[in-house]
Amino acid sequence: MINYDIVVIGGGPAGLAAAIEARKNGIESILVIERDRELGGILQQCIHNGFGLHEFNEELTGPEYADRFIKELEDMGIDYKIDTMVLHVDNKKNIKAINSNDGFMEISTKAIILSMGCRERTRGALAIPGSRPAGILTAGTAQRYINMEGYMVGKKAFILGSGDIGLIMARRLTLEGAKVLGVAEIMPYSGGLTRNIVQCLEDYDIPLFLSHTIIDIKGKDRLEGVWVAEVDDKRIPIKGTEKYYECDTLLLSVGLIPENELSNNLGIKMDSRTQGPIVNESMETTISGIFACGNVVHVHDLVDYVTEESRRAGKFAAKYVKGLIKNSENIVKTNSGTGIGYIVPQIIRIENIDKKLKLFMRVTDVYTNIKLIIKADENVISQQKKKQLNPGEMEMVNIPLDKIPSDIAKITVELVKEGE
Amino acid sequence: MYDVTIIGAGVIGTFIARELSKYQMKILLLDKENDISKGATRANSAIIHGGYDAKTGTLMAKFNALGNPMFDKICDELKVPFKRVGSLVVAFDNEDMETINKLYERGVENGIPDVEILLGSEIKKMEPNISRKIIGGLYSKTAGIIGPWELAIALAENAMENGVELSLNTEVQDVQKNEGNYRLISNKGQIDTKYVINCAGIYADKINNMVSKESFTITPRRGEYYVLDKGIGVDFMSTVIFQCPTKLGKGILLAPTVHGNMLIGPNAENIQDKEGIQTTYEGLEFIKNTSNKSSEDIPFNKNIRTFAGLRAHPSTGDFIIGEVEDAKGFINVAGIKSPGLSSSPAIAEYVVNLLLESIENFNLKEDFNPYRQKPIVFMELNDRGKNELINRDDRYGRIICRCEMITEGEIVDTIKRPGGATTVDGIKRRVRPGAGRCQGAFCGPRIVEILARELDKDPEQVLKDGEGSNILIGETNKGKLAYGEV
Repeated sequence: MINYDIVVIGGGPAGLAAAIEARKNGIESILVIERDRELGGILQQCIHNGFGLHEFNEELTGPEYADRFIKELEDMGIDYKIDTMVLHVDNKKNIKAINSNDGFMEISTKAIILSMGCRERTRGALAIPGSRPAGILTAGTAQRYINMEGYMVGKKAFILGSGDIGLIMARRLTLEGAKVLGVAEIMPYSGGLTRNIVQCLEDYDIPLFLSHTIIDIKGKDRLEGVWVAEVDDKRIPIKGTEKYYECDTLLLSVGLIPENELSNNLGIKMDSRTQGPIVNESMETTISGIFACGNVVHVHDLVDYVTEESRRAGKFAAKYVKGLIKNSENIVKTNSGTGIGYIVPQIIRIENIDKKLKLFMRVTDVYTNIKLIIKADENVISQQKKKQLNPGEMEMVNIPLDKIPSDIAKITVELVKEGE
Repeated sequence: MYDVTIIGAGVIGTFIARELSKYQMKILLLDKENDISKGATRANSAIIHGGYDAKTGTLMAKFNALGNPMFDKICDELKVPFKRVGSLVVAFDNEDMETINKLYERGVENGIPDVEILLGSEIKKMEPNISRKIIGGLYSKTAGIIGPWELAIALAENAMENGVELSLNTEVQDVQKNEGNYRLISNKGQIDTKYVINCAGIYADKINNMVSKESFTITPRRGEYYVLDKGIGVDFMSTVIFQCPTKLGKGILLAPTVHGNMLIGPNAENIQDKEGIQTTYEGLEFIKNTSNKSSEDIPFNKNIRTFAGLRAHPSTGDFIIGEVEDAKGFINVAGIKSPGLSSSPAIAEYVVNLLLESIENFNLKEDFNPYRQKPIVFMELNDRGKNELINRDDRYGRIICRCEMITEGEIVDTIKRPGGATTVDGIKRRVRPGAGRCQGAFCGPRIVEILARELDKDPEQVLKDGEGSNILIGETNKGKLAYGEV
């Protein structure tokens, strides 16, 4: 049996930031477990820049951003194991894991930080009809082949879904000499960041077809083409709008799903909207001493926010180990009002908030000239005017602690039209 | 000169090959595809039927009744996943109950044991997630679920270990009748053989017509399916749930799989294209809407894949098994639609006896080994077993497929076995990486890498499935990058 104070499961940006912050908060005995061949997670395949604008005030590539944290982790002497898979975690915080060097390991720890990230939604999950040839890949898998393995996946591509990875891969494929015929998005708005629409599609004259989807796939062995159709407001394909695109590659960027198999086995309570664990202000799950951060909790669009959120998990995991977390009598719930899809954290113990409460959220539709209102129970405590809000861009609000009464039951965030 | 050549390496061809490998014969098993089990065997409901359904007096009824009890032994010998979970045909109204009564009587006539009619309340007790609207049903205790392609692969492997030769990518283009033997003309050259067994599935009519007049046709009857994620299998429905049969088939079913998933389907559509295994919007919608009758709570949001397969529907309406009238020594095993999988052990036994009747001088092998070495399933080992295995072979310490928890050791083993995997889907069919919820998004690149290494190929040459299904087209402009190097 190996003993640690804190074990971090997942060595991507979330796990790295959490481990480093836990050390800064005085915990010596920390282990980071990573299933891939190196630390850094998906950042290692994101060779484009645009990372770190909030965190470092400069534009870094994914690997550069990861390297800063990996260096810091190594300089601090924090233990980590790569190529290591966690097989099982029980609610007494015993972990079973394997790798080729250590064999089968049993690890006992005082606190766990879950930072396993997310996976991509697949063609299967969407049940897109048609044949099942080679040449259909999730955008992230194509990104791995191209950026890490050094192999091209096709010559003529169509992309379904306007998630950020799909947009970035549209540009990447173009730069590698492939022709990208277009991006179809079933919703009437893009799922990705505006800057990616501009820099990855518009700059390369790649058309974005909003309210369109793929209705059929052709090709026996290798993909030969896709049928694309416009959809109505119920997302049902409209007859007569079908158009065929001859292509050998179809990339899917149709959403990310937090990877919570370990969390589910543990019996941690999940939020059906985020598909991640319900967490409190300390990023602690419904099992005491088990924390979660990053894309395993909710899918972020900027790694900078992952880092920030994960620092909180690391800091409070350290406090937990030292017995410094305050257990409040009064549990405040966050409540998604009109226009708000979800809010993280879902639970707040006001005693543990330092100066201000930060809430992450996503809106349910595109809104322009709208007011974002925050209520403590029924009283408005803050409101902000917003020019535009998109479901593809995560919103956050900071509420100063002195504005939050201590005896409330819920904090509601909602959208109200200007003038109402 | 081969004694026997078997055309088609589906479950029927591999079963016959394995049964014949008990005798001192020179046997060739060939298939036009690049792997075993690429036709109907890889895309069906994965069920061993009780045997009450087929019309009494048909070959389907006979061989299903005989075949069902044979699975325990064969699956034990070959280490193939098989569970007798039982099946239920459910009734929603009195008309359905009439059908249930008829099926029960037919079950008795067909000699099927352990078939009984249950009340709606009894069924609801057995299956809490079943529709409240069910008023009764037929329970068949001996029905089971199996890994169909795993069975065919295991049969081929065992047959090969007992001396059968396997020739893939071998398409028979013509058959010449000679004095006392046959010459098969294939894309790989000529094959001389004394006996031919035609198990060509959907193409069995085409092969028959190479030696004889057209006496039957095979129509591809497509069936589409949903596959739900692990955890929605036996926990959701512990038995196989059928709706009452229709003219076209046994109706939409919910079937837990041996790996803990749930299959939902199939529809039944006669098509022209013998390669037409695409799914359709209409077909999938029909399955979704129809299956909801059996249970209103099917979690279709946990769907991880859809697929379609083709049943080999014969114009005669029954299995076609026997020597071709004007081609002595040429045996058709054709039109093996449902319950073909359930009948396969009995069909193989029958065909072997048929062959032995017409040929003499073939003795049993003394050294026939009925057992296949069980592939290691890492996650089935206890903690100590896991540790010892990794110490012995560190490739078992690397999980490649995180959804199904499959190690590199298991993947390499399945490539190295006789008739082993040579493609990404071939590995998936044998040991399941890519069959999970991420559908190979994470492990795909690693599988390509392992296949390239083990088969000494370039990654661009690695196939997803059939010939021409290359995944990668060449190196990027920058050429190969080392891991982590930008």
